[in-house]
Amino acid sequence: MSDTTAQSGKPKERAWYEPDAKLSRRHAADRRLRIYGIAAIVFALSMLATLVGTIAITAAPAVTQTMVTLEVEVPEGAVDPSDPRGGSYQKILNESVARIFPEVDTPRELRELRQIFSNGGQYALRDKVVADPSLIGRTFEITFPLSDIGDQLHKGEIDRNLPPDYRRVSDQQIGWYDRLVAQDRISAPFNWGLIFNADSRFPELAGLWGALVGSFYALLICFLVSFPVGISAAVYLEEFAPKNRLTDLIEVNINNLAAVPSIVFGLLGLAVFLNFFGMPRSAPIVGGLVLSLMTLPTIIIATRAALKAVPPSIREAAIGVGASKMQTVGHHVLPLAMPGILTGTIIGLAQALGETAPLLLIGMNAFITAAPDSMFNPSTALPTQIYIWADSPERGFTSRTSAAIIVLLGFLVCMNAIAIYMRKRFERRW
Amino acid sequence: MKLKSLTMAATVAVAAFSVAGVAHARDQISIVGSSTVFPYTQAVSEQFANETGSPAPVVESTGTGGGMKIFCGGVGAEHPDLTGASRAMKASEYEACQANGVKSVTEVLIGYDGLSIAVSREGKALDLTKKHLYLALAKDVVVDGKFVPNPNKKWSDVDSSLPDTEITVFGPPPTSGTRDAFVELVMREGCKEFDIVKAMEKADMKKACSPMRTDGPFIEAGENDNLIVQRLEADPNAYGIFGYSFLYENQDKLQGIAVEGVTPSTETIADGSYKVSRPLFFYVKNAHRGVIPGLNEFVAEYVSEDAMGDGGYLSERGLIPLSAEKREEVRKAATEGADMTAPK
Repeated sequence: MSDTTAQSGKPKERAWYEPDAKLSRRHAADRRLRIYGIAAIVFALSMLATLVGTIAITAAPAVTQTMVTLEVEVPEGAVDPSDPRGGSYQKILNESVARIFPEVDTPRELRELRQIFSNGGQYALRDKVVADPSLIGRTFEITFPLSDIGDQLHKGEIDRNLPPDYRRVSDQQIGWYDRLVAQDRISAPFNWGLIFNADSRFPELAGLWGALVGSFYALLICFLVSFPVGISAAVYLEEFAPKNRLTDLIEVNINNLAAVPSIVFGLLGLAVFLNFFGMPRSAPIVGGLVLSLMTLPTIIIATRAALKAVPPSIREAAIGVGASKMQTVGHHVLPLAMPGILTGTIIGLAQALGETAPLLLIGMNAFITAAPDSMFNPSTALPTQIYIWADSPERGFTSRTSAAIIVLLGFLVCMNAIAIYMRKRFERRW
Repeated sequence: MKLKSLTMAATVAVAAFSVAGVAHARDQISIVGSSTVFPYTQAVSEQFANETGSPAPVVESTGTGGGMKIFCGGVGAEHPDLTGASRAMKASEYEACQANGVKSVTEVLIGYDGLSIAVSREGKALDLTKKHLYLALAKDVVVDGKFVPNPNKKWSDVDSSLPDTEITVFGPPPTSGTRDAFVELVMREGCKEFDIVKAMEKADMKKACSPMRTDGPFIEAGENDNLIVQRLEADPNAYGIFGYSFLYENQDKLQGIAVEGVTPSTETIADGSYKVSRPLFFYVKNAHRGVIPGLNEFVAEYVSEDAMGDGGYLSERGLIPLSAEKREEVRKAATEGADMTAPK
């Protein structure tokens, strides 16, 4: 035994590539790291898919809106052709409903019957007659939404097999609805109202138009304020300012400002714009100003990064041919940095579009049944509209809340896509 | 140079906007206040805008207390004209109003709203008394004639007839008018059934009976009642406190809990047999009448028979109408703009 040991006491000749324990440990660690990375990405993607998936599934019923078509007769005397707004259209509509359901006559039954139809029917009829007064004295067809419960019946969201006190519709109402279906009066076209109607207390009439216009005005103001101010600040700090304690302090503060919670900007807006300057509550102009305070640091930081990326040789060349500092920056550096600046701006604006907290404080979460005419009129914004709908008791708002989230996400994706496109299209490598 | 002029132009434009904003007078009605009154005010606003063609009123849900604060901020176009409240104005709020120059305010009682306690359809429907609820949810309860920190962990600790499950109740936070109403209508009433409380002064009673427990069984669930509905669905042993309209809309998922033997329903709340209902108000700033266009017409629409009457469109949203005489009285006071008396 002992001489064998002596023989193999000499270290064995080993190929340089032969794996030893240490090397395979290192390889294993390497593999583990890769697996962790993949797991993290799978986890994040599955979370995202679950989130978007549930929202999309919840939103699906809001894609269509159940409508009913009735023949309406507007008698000569019922509406004054010189003032068509003043007619009692609910009565006219009730009469045409009564022609379909002649047997319904007790007040209680009539009330239940009316609950199937949207309250908006009378206004749809009114607007039609106002637009075309020659309809007075004629019989014509009108299509308008069913109410929330009618809509849910059509989409099968109300379980007919449940006992009557478990659901919001009576057996009688289901019977009436089925008769409308049998007479081929029910249709479910694409829900354009969700985009083009303003807010309403009735889910079947509620739409995002007011919020879309409000968000547009707020973003416009936000852009008009933060873009020029942000670029000026960044150009000065990057190109002109001396490097000293003061500019260092300013720089640190700008970076800190980018991390300040948005609600703080809301409080600031409430104190300064509303209480001190007395600007109108709930107006997109105030919302835009508050959002611009929030976006400014993002734009300044992005602009400075873009300016830094322009090589000094460009500046030196410009100065070399006799350009002034102003011309160097204005004619050469800034145009070359523009793609980066615009990308930063769009990302900042996308962030502002999704911001809710500061808008709540300045009253942009109000209920308004008309879209704003100007940026001084009260309105909501997309995220605050979602907030209001999420808080409403009516079932119909559940799907509409999700649909509104999809619309908001759609805008965010579009804005980010534009930012990516611009970066790819105009990016320069030096 | 181009850039400079662009910057200048933008700055000037923004400055002009701001100045215009200050000078801009209001041509629509502005309303703040309770989230409970919010749906009713929404209904009236929409009806008002549709019927008259006037600019749509702006209705913000700020909570009763928050609404009072903004409403009492002063007189002028930048302050709201109306505030909704799920309880009467407090003396402190009235004083704040007076101090800020809001001297003449009309109080309008619009009707009643049911407060319901609900559980998932899979859960157990209890039959509770106010005393049970007090014993289950108060911070301090009376045991053997003394106030002690609430020892009850299970419903069976409260009363042996109740099930042997943990007490889990989701309810509104202290800033909510719903919470104030629940405390007043249920907690204090249940508390008063004890002899030691009966002997107390009113202020002492309020102080002793009002606090809700904070050791777990009562969970403040925020102002969003839809969240409470979702949590009840997920946990059949949990109970929730919210306005009746949320129970009404979710009948397929939730059932109401009987209080003093009566289950909440549109009928039982309207005929007064279900006892947990509270008055709802709105307050009008009289200095704004005739200044803000349409304010008088809006108030008239709110108190009209079509809106707050029996079978009116507010009752379809769950408001319990006042009696016919009381409505007549309210209508008169509201349209004439009678000053409210200072609350005590």
